Amino acid sequence: MAKNYYDPADLKKFGNITQWSEELGNKFFEYYGKVFEEGALTAREKTLIALAVSHTEQCPYCIDAYTKDALQRGVTKEQMMEAVHVGAAIKSGATLVHGTMMMNKVNKLEM
Amino acid sequence: MAKLKQQSLHKRENQLANSNRQLEILNGGIFENGELPTFAKKITQTNQFPLRPKKLEILQINVGYMCNQVCEHCHVDAGPDRKEIMTWETMQKCLEIIKNTGAHTLDLTGGAPEMNPNFRRFVEKASLAGIKDFIVRSNLTIIRANKKYHDLPQFFKKYNVHVVSSMPHWTRGKTDKQRGEGVFDMSITALQQLNAVGYGMPDSGLKLDLVYNPNGAYLPGDQYSMEKEFKSALKADFNIQFHNLFAITNLPISRFLDYLIASENYEDYMYQLVEAYNPKAVKSVMCSNTISISWDGYLYDCDFNQMLGLKVASKVTHINQYNESILNNRDIVISQHCYGCTAGAGSSCQGVVTT
Repeated sequence: MAKNYYDPADLKKFGNITQWSEELGNKFFEYYGKVFEEGALTAREKTLIALAVSHTEQCPYCIDAYTKDALQRGVTKEQMMEAVHVGAAIKSGATLVHGTMMMNKVNKLEM
Repeated sequence: MAKLKQQSLHKRENQLANSNRQLEILNGGIFENGELPTFAKKITQTNQFPLRPKKLEILQINVGYMCNQVCEHCHVDAGPDRKEIMTWETMQKCLEIIKNTGAHTLDLTGGAPEMNPNFRRFVEKASLAGIKDFIVRSNLTIIRANKKYHDLPQFFKKYNVHVVSSMPHWTRGKTDKQRGEGVFDMSITALQQLNAVGYGMPDSGLKLDLVYNPNGAYLPGDQYSMEKEFKSALKADFNIQFHNLFAITNLPISRFLDYLIASENYEDYMYQLVEAYNPKAVKSVMCSNTISISWDGYLYDCDFNQMLGLKVASKVTHINQYNESILNNRDIVISQHCYGCTAGAGSSCQGVVTT
């Protein structure tokens, strides 16, 4: 076992997951590839969504891959950071909106 | 005047100014120890070795390495301190070749070709040869660099030159980072001047194409999507129009190789190129239809091989013995930099090579 949980070299091995379950692995990659094709959204728009989600998921492999992908598509640093803020805003908003549950519970329990 | 970022590798006596040192790097390390397959091995696996020329279509002439800019990624290592300039005598020999060639495209490059003192005389004479597509690769800022160049758009128009210009991004920040402070604003003014005389307009026969190349250790994105972005941004922000965008991959030689090594991106970049290898792109790679002529009259398979000092593998290696039928019967000289032209949709001086 490596000394670190995450190794950048593992990203290149992503395709190997098909080795232990070929059918499911292939179905996943087929789906994944299809999702990122140009559709109602452009491939560039999808990259920015993926970049934001990579951050909210805190997935180092995804951040590595989609930062490079965004650069390849000519996305500027400012656009990339705004996308990350969108993710961060939803993540913090999602935390904070649960405060209403807490308030409901307090209001129910307190005299 | 654009602020120059630095001097050329040659002026700094950097080890990478030596093409043999570059080839040592490209042939060593991860390619020597077998971690990655050499380009020869890779094209052998797809039954494409040796690479052979097809019909000659493009004659590319490098009229000198002098340039008013010192771009970070430049494969020529061009700059104001480079003194290699094609003489009028060599140009006259090139004119003889242009008159008799079977190629339909003449492509003048540099450096900044306009800085060659005989550039205009050469264009005037060459335009008489009746070549179908006559390209000049202009860096745009040269048009604004000095009063004597301000009328270049009218000059290009007079000889119906097809202008192909570098423009790394539609934003100031990315452009200036790659090409030097002030380059973006000068390029915008130059493009507006070209538009003003009719270049790049939708139905105009005066062709204006832009060249995009990435601003770092990554490959270019889809050429057609990038073209859409460039067109809408340049039109909205500056009312600029152009015809096509060519997305060109940075090849790991010269100043870009220096950058890759200094930024510790070299191995990752070579991995990217090898992983993106596309055998379909090999079929249409530009060395298969191009001959590149250097400022001193030597012949190469492409401008990149020229910069690596890799002359054509033929009995004919100089314009003094120029003979297209002998030249066409040769194997193309390759090394690991060739992966740059076969990655993804492929890359050439005319952009992607697959559809």
